[in-house]
Formats: sequence, structure tokens, C-alpha cells
Amino acid sequence: MLFLIIKRILLGFITLFIVSIITFVGTEVLPGDACTTYLERQAFGEQLEACYRRLGLNVPAYERYVSWALNAIQGDFGYSLSGEMPIKEVLGPRIKNSLVLASAAIFIGIPIALILGIITALWRDKLPDVAISTVTIFAMTIPEFISATLLILIIAIWLEWLPGIVIVPTDVSFLELLPNIILPVVAIAMIMTAHMARMVRSSVIQVMASEYVQMAILKGVPYWKMVFKHVLPNALLPAINVVALTIAWLLGGVVVTEVVFNYPGLGRLVIESISNRDLPTVQALAIILASIYVSINLLADLLTLMLNPRLKTLQIRK
Amino acid sequence: MKLDNIYKEEKKSAFAKLSEIIITMASRPSGIIGLSILVFHIILAFISPYIAPHDFKAIDPTLMLQAPSAEYWFGTDDLGRDVFTRTILGGRTALTITFFGSLIALLWGGLLGIFCGLVGGKIDDVVMRIVDAFLSIPWILAMLLIVSLLGTSTEVLIPALGFFYGKGIVRVARAATHDVIAKDFIVSARARGHSNFSIIWNEIIPNVRDAILVEGAMRWSWMLLGFSSLSFLGFGVSPPTPDWGLMISNARGLMSFAYWAVIAPIVGLSSLIIGINLTADAFAKALGIDRSTKAPV
Repeated sequence: MLFLIIKRILLGFITLFIVSIITFVGTEVLPGDACTTYLERQAFGEQLEACYRRLGLNVPAYERYVSWALNAIQGDFGYSLSGEMPIKEVLGPRIKNSLVLASAAIFIGIPIALILGIITALWRDKLPDVAISTVTIFAMTIPEFISATLLILIIAIWLEWLPGIVIVPTDVSFLELLPNIILPVVAIAMIMTAHMARMVRSSVIQVMASEYVQMAILKGVPYWKMVFKHVLPNALLPAINVVALTIAWLLGGVVVTEVVFNYPGLGRLVIESISNRDLPTVQALAIILASIYVSINLLADLLTLMLNPRLKTLQIRK
Repeated sequence: MKLDNIYKEEKKSAFAKLSEIIITMASRPSGIIGLSILVFHIILAFISPYIAPHDFKAIDPTLMLQAPSAEYWFGTDDLGRDVFTRTILGGRTALTITFFGSLIALLWGGLLGIFCGLVGGKIDDVVMRIVDAFLSIPWILAMLLIVSLLGTSTEVLIPALGFFYGKGIVRVARAATHDVIAKDFIVSARARGHSNFSIIWNEIIPNVRDAILVEGAMRWSWMLLGFSSLSFLGFGVSPPTPDWGLMISNARGLMSFAYWAVIAPIVGLSSLIIGINLTADAFAKALGIDRSTKAPV
């Protein structure tokens, strides 16, 4: 058990290590380095030299990688090119804002997804299922920027209930942020909820068809007792992993949603740093977003491991 | 006698198999809806240049932000261009790029997955670690980086999308190959002395093909979502090419006075994505593959 946990954590670190190499090599192999892309047409002579010296680009690539990685482990990502300030300071408030957004969406989304998923599974192919499933298919397939735009159009412009665009400084206090984040949270939660509800639905349906549930029915166990005691615990376990993967996948959607609402989070920083061709910040963002992805998955694996007695003795599944 | 029957069933022509699958797909309501939307969009993409009532790039300041009328069915945008014309033309680039991108994703993802599943061992471990690492970089960051360094031409977008959406197919193809490889018919093919190539071509590919194709169909809709998100963020096709993502992001700022300019491309893009999704779902069900429990990675 302990061995399995340590193995999973180790694998997570290996993945992150490869990610750091990929982003480093990627920015290295693709034409143009941080200085030429940043300075664009002024990239010659003294300015270029100065920039190279400032970023330490005049030493060999592997040496740069090692020193970058050693600093990154300690949370020091160097300086951003455009803002000329430590990336650590740029990132701090952005991470906080994005965390507020994402965790609000997750806390709203998970209970709703559970309820919807269970309802649709228990009333499979009946009216509640058909109605809810149709809505969830729409909600999960439509791109984030479209649902966000429609939300702004209907709620903010036509009904004038809430502000459509977030106009707050990056380091705003939580209470001031609150009315501004309702629409972005709804936009993200909608897609997430739809995805998760679909997975809970199929997981519950699978368990309902299993032999031990059939056995319970034959034995005459009351319906709701069977659902809560036999079906749900077994159905929700495998769903944890899938839900984690979904949350991680939606990181990309969070980027787009933040841009639509002009929300000062990590997502908008991604777009800003890429537009400004600020490669050091991009590298830092890649590592941070990948660590979020890896740790969410790791957390889900550990949770499944702890909640599922069967897995304790088995080799963990890939 | 019995053997003879089995043999005949195997020899059904590819066309007969395909039409059978399409009939099965169309027998469910969601399948027929998805197929009709997709076919409609594909036909529209072919004929739209000939039926477009106006020039898609004709700018006319006197016609700015006109409401829908008999002359301009969906109104005009902030530069006085006809929204109807631009909407029916808007799917062409997206459909072409994502279609070829999905083909590339299918090819390299499928082949690498089958290879990994076959050889196993150290090579498999290393490749899967790298695939995992690529999976944990958010697609949007990677795509934005590639596009901002290499430009947004079709020659860059198709392979970049194909590469990035193929890594998930590697996993599916590998898992499917793992399932097949332990079966008796592979062992007997080995015993008959078939070459590795012959085993891959005649025994493994026919058995993992369905799973890979279904995954590819699903990737197509995600790739379309990714591509239009890029356009929306201003990193996709460049103006004045009519493209839904770009149209939505341009018209978004003015939607409090001119909602028609944003609604039309929204309907176009959403219907195409839903169409592809429903079709892929029906395709999976027609082939007997349940993919509703999978996460969208």
C-alpha cells in the first residue's frame, strides 16, 4: 500500500520532469529564442547581446536547463521579459484568482453532477433521462467561449442582472471579486457538470446491471436501500478517476473562459505572455499547469486507493 | 457447411459493411440527427462559394451593423459585411483543417499505439511516459506556443493539431492491441510462421480498427473545438477569412446593439460540433463500443 503510494508520487515527478524537458526543448527547437521573438525587429546588435546576457542565453542549453530546473524547484522561475519583474510575483495573485474560480466551479459542479447523473441512470431512457441528457450533451459539446458569450448576452446584456465583464485589478480582495465571478463560475461549472453527470450516469448504469445488484433485487432488498447501499458506493469509486481527468482537461477551457470574461487569472496570463512572446513566463506556466494536472490525477488515484479495499492488495491499475 | 458460412460473412465488401453501419447509426434518433447535421454542413462547405449572395470581404461603411432584412438575411457586421454570406462560408476552413488534422492524428496515434502494444517492455514504458507528459500540458498552451512561434498557416495548423490530438489515440490503440495480442489467433498466426508485418496487417489492425476509428471521430469534434477556440483567441486563421471563431470574437464587443452578428456564427459552430459529436457517438454504438465512461483526454 505504502509502496504503491510512493510509486504513484514518483511517477508523477517523472512526468513533470519530462514536461519540463519538453517545454524547454520545445522553446529551444522551434525557430527563434526568447530574445529574438521578444525583441522582434530590434533583435540585432547591442540590444540582442544585452538580452542574451540578461537571460544567460550565452551559455550552452543543457547548463541553462539545469540551472533553470534547480531554481524552478525552489519556486524561482526567473524574470518575465515584458513586465521585467520576477515571474513568481506575477504568478502569485493570478494563481489565487484562478483557484477561486476553479474551486467555486468544482464545489457547485460536483453535487449537481452527482444528482443529475444518478437521476438519469435510475430513470434510464424515461422522460427525466431524455430531458437531462439532451441538455448535458448540449452543455458539454458547445465550446466554452460560446456558452460564455451567450451567458453574457442573455444575463448581462438583455436581463442586466450581473456584470458581464470583470473589471477589477489583479490583486483584489475576495469580497469585491464575488459578484464578478458568478458568470464565469457558471460558465465553467456548466461544462464540467455536464461531463461529470454523463460519467456518473454510465457508471451507475453499469453497476445496476451487475450480478450482485440483480441478486439484491431478487432477495427483495427495498429499491432505495439497494441504490444507496449497494449501487452508489460501487458506482462512484471508478468515477473519481474520470472526474479528475475531466477537471484537468478543463484547465484549457478555463483559459478561454477567463479571456471571455476578462478575468485576471492564470488563463489570461497564458494569452498575455504568448502575445507578448514572453517565453520564460510561458515555460513557468507550462510547468505550473502540468503540476496541477498531475497532482489532481495523483489525488484521485490516492483517493480511489484509500476508498477501495480491493485495490489495496492488488497492483494499481494503469 | 458451417465453415463455409463463416467464410462468406468475412468476405462482405467494404461498401456493404459501411452501409450496414450507417443504417444502424441512422436507426437511433440521435444518430439520424447527428448524421443529417454533419451531411448538411459538408454539403454546405462544398456549395457555399457558389450560393453566397454577397462578397464575403466587401466592406461598406454605409451598411454598418444593419439588422436582418430581406437583402441581408442575418444582418451586417461592424464593417458592413453580409453576416449570412460569412456564416455559410465560415465552416469551410474549420472543416478542412480539422478533417485532415484528425486523419494525421489517427495515423500516427494509431500506429504508435499498436507498436507500443506489440513490443511492450522498456520501449513501451518510455513512450507511454512521454505521452503522459504531453497529456499533462494543457492543449491550449501547447497549441498557442506552436502557433505563435510558427505562424497560423494551414501547413502549420494541420500537423500541429494532428500531433496534439493524436496522443490520446496512442493510449486507446495501445490498450486495444493489448487486448488482442493475447488471443489465440495471434498465437496461431505466430505458430504458422507469419511475419510480424503480416500479423500486424492481417490480424491486429482489423481487430483494433474499430476502437481507433471511434476515438478518431471523437477527436474530430474536440479538434474542431480547439481550432475554433484558437481562432476566437486570435491565434487561428487570419482575417478577412470568414471563420466562425473569429466572427464570434469580432462581433462579441458589439453584441449589445448587434446580437445577430454573434448569433449566426454561434449557431453554425455549435450545430457542427453537436452534429459531429452525435455522429461519433452513434458510430461508436453501431460498432458496439461504449465510450461514455471515458474522460475527454
